[in-house]
Amino acid sequence: MSGGSYYVPESSKWPALGSLAVGIMMAGLGTLLVYGRGALVMTLGMVAVLSVMFLWFRDVVRESRQGLYDDQMDRSFRWGMGWFIFSEVMFFAAFFGALFYVRTFAVPWLDGEGAKGVAALLWPDFTASWPLMNPPDAGISGPRESVSPWQLPLANTLFLVSSSITLTIAHEALKEGYRRTARNWLIGTLVLGISFLVVQGFEYYEAYAHLGLTLEAGIYGSTFFLLTGFHGLHVTIGAITLAVMLGRIIKGHFTRDDHFAFEAASWYWHFVDVVWIGLFLFVYVF
Amino acid sequence: MASNLPPKPTLEHSTAASGGLAHEHHERPRGIWRWLLTTNHKEIGTLYLVFSLVMFFIGGIFALVVRAELFQPGLQLVQPEFFNQMTTMHGLIMVFGAVMPSFVGLANWMVPLQVGAPDMALPRLNNFSFWLLPVAFTLLLSTLLMPGGGPDFGWTFYAPLSTTYAPPSTTFFILSLHMAGISSILGAINIIATILNLRAPGMRLMDMPLFVWTWLITAFLLIAVMPILAGVITMMLMDINFGTSFFNAAGGGDPVLFQHLFWFFGHPEVYIMILPAFGIVSAIIPTFARKPLFGYASMVYATASIAILSFLVWAHHMFVVGLPLVAELFFMFTTMLIAIPTGVKVFNWIATLFRGSITFETAMLFALSFVVLFTIGGFSGLMLAIAPADFQYHDTYFVVAHFHYVLVPGAIFAVMAGVYYWLPKWTGHYPDERLGRWHFWMSVIGVNLTFFPMHFSGLAGMPRRIPDYALQFADFNMVSSVGAFMFGVSQLLFVWGVIKCVRGGEKAPAKAWEGAEDLEWSVPSPAPLHTFETPPEFTPITH
Repeated sequence: MSGGSYYVPESSKWPALGSLAVGIMMAGLGTLLVYGRGALVMTLGMVAVLSVMFLWFRDVVRESRQGLYDDQMDRSFRWGMGWFIFSEVMFFAAFFGALFYVRTFAVPWLDGEGAKGVAALLWPDFTASWPLMNPPDAGISGPRESVSPWQLPLANTLFLVSSSITLTIAHEALKEGYRRTARNWLIGTLVLGISFLVVQGFEYYEAYAHLGLTLEAGIYGSTFFLLTGFHGLHVTIGAITLAVMLGRIIKGHFTRDDHFAFEAASWYWHFVDVVWIGLFLFVYVF
Repeated sequence: MASNLPPKPTLEHSTAASGGLAHEHHERPRGIWRWLLTTNHKEIGTLYLVFSLVMFFIGGIFALVVRAELFQPGLQLVQPEFFNQMTTMHGLIMVFGAVMPSFVGLANWMVPLQVGAPDMALPRLNNFSFWLLPVAFTLLLSTLLMPGGGPDFGWTFYAPLSTTYAPPSTTFFILSLHMAGISSILGAINIIATILNLRAPGMRLMDMPLFVWTWLITAFLLIAVMPILAGVITMMLMDINFGTSFFNAAGGGDPVLFQHLFWFFGHPEVYIMILPAFGIVSAIIPTFARKPLFGYASMVYATASIAILSFLVWAHHMFVVGLPLVAELFFMFTTMLIAIPTGVKVFNWIATLFRGSITFETAMLFALSFVVLFTIGGFSGLMLAIAPADFQYHDTYFVVAHFHYVLVPGAIFAVMAGVYYWLPKWTGHYPDERLGRWHFWMSVIGVNLTFFPMHFSGLAGMPRRIPDYALQFADFNMVSSVGAFMFGVSQLLFVWGVIKCVRGGEKAPAKAWEGAEDLEWSVPSPAPLHTFETPPEFTPITH
């Protein structure tokens, strides 16, 4: 409970500037998508968003270093990060839900199965399968091949699962006060994370160049890129966060029992890892 | 936690009622900067409330355009295309711009005061949550001026109306909704952290005022379902701009998938807009009945039950889309189950009134009319829950009557009741009772004139979202339109009353209402900018 030391910042320009920056970015993105121009505005907005984030977090780090945060503030951060990750879980739940719905209901129904089999009247020649190689309408050409789970995705699974292990070792080392060990295992984690992203990029290239698997290739391509794409984005965010933690460890931040930023980043990384397990099972294997 | 703590300024407050004057303050920003840079929960609460009031009037004007067109059969004032934009924007603005931010505003003001916290848990994030909203809604409103017009597919933006057949501005609509959604999620995280972590020493969860409880549960719902909305509009964005097939059967997707995802968000969203209203009414009725709330614990459990059930009822919005029979039955029965916890609540409010020493201040008038009129909306909801009957009611004015009864004399009356109730705490002055009573009676008559006839025109088959109608509906529609303008104009009385109260009026003491017992009444009126910098001693009152 509060001992009257709960830190309330007097005022800050980052929230308002951040909102403005998000607005500029969104307006630019919209103009780019709808009218094919506005890339410059969008880029400016994005740079502004990232700058505000950097400056805002810098303030928070400084306040933390000055000892302005008490235990109660620490718990606020924990609740905040925990619920934020829960919101991310629900974001992915929407995408997994869409995948399961399509696989279990929509595609079989289009083939005449079940209570809504009348939908088969739309495309009588359609045969259901998953991965869906032949979308119902001839106007949409499906992929030539699906992605084999036992090559690049398996490698990526190994990368991410072992990165969670190395990160835990780094965390344990930090708690024991072995800063060099923590640093080295964190570097290892980052290398694994970046390897994942490189492999993912290569897989996307293969999909587009050789498999005919694109966003336009019907529902299989749609769900494939939606799920793996947003996951990849989250790996990127997680890797950037871990990189910041690496920088802070090198600069001498964090103590054995006060390093919540590091913990938050590792919570996030483990979350991203768990999502990948779901992806590997339901997007690639089954 | 940190090892190198610098000397802290000594805090000299020991009582709950102490203001923030002794704190060493920097020069506070003035004018517009004060509001742009603020991290203070009271100032941000005010910002939210003013913003939602502005949105309430903008959304209200759109509704009046709709009602003006429907005053008589035939097309008089607007083209059908513009009519569609007005119905759509009215819904979007009211849901995301007026009702939700008004509750967040009240939470900002009252949750820290009611739990004895110095501020919200994450004050800067709080300010960010607010300022995203004006940006988001500027972008949303700007779509009306874009080529092809604004969103015209109804506030539920069903695919493929909102994808294949949508105006180009839909992309901007999606992006603005993303911003509003981020704002809601961050705001909810802040509220939940405040409630779980910043309660005064000695205040257990089951000691919290009901408004805090309902907001705790609402915040959970927000964090759970706003990301689903983000997901579904992201899929829309990709269908529109990147050629994906999520909601396109030609590629193996399904437009019905859109409806499942949307309503998985949308039904908890409905309770997001009513649970805090339950909390407000549960504060006001005991105050003016001068009795403790009847069945405090059952109120908490009922609220939680409603929240859990809200995840299991979504497809009752989709009874006519062609669901398998087993789904129709499942969603029919789960929906009817909601009547039980809701009935518990209504019973408890009435039992609180029983043998109370009741006075009828404006706040109480609004709260009492909430109980009656919300219950009407609840009963029509029960009718709609009957799947076979819904085949007749679906997409008629009966549905419009139902959800306006729970949202206008439901949610919005509760917000107004809350404003009249807490204005003395915010401004230090009592609101003008005579003006308040005029506002109340004009509103309550206007609201019923507007929405009660819609039950009949709906049962007789008048479809919603159509700018013209068959001649037999003319009388009902004329009454509705007269009522709508009456309700709209009477809201100017509300604005006048609030401005008058801010500028002056009878001075209110710390405990402005005789029967008010919660922690916020222990700080001076108006509440100083900083309260509870040292947490108050909390002694539980037995419920």
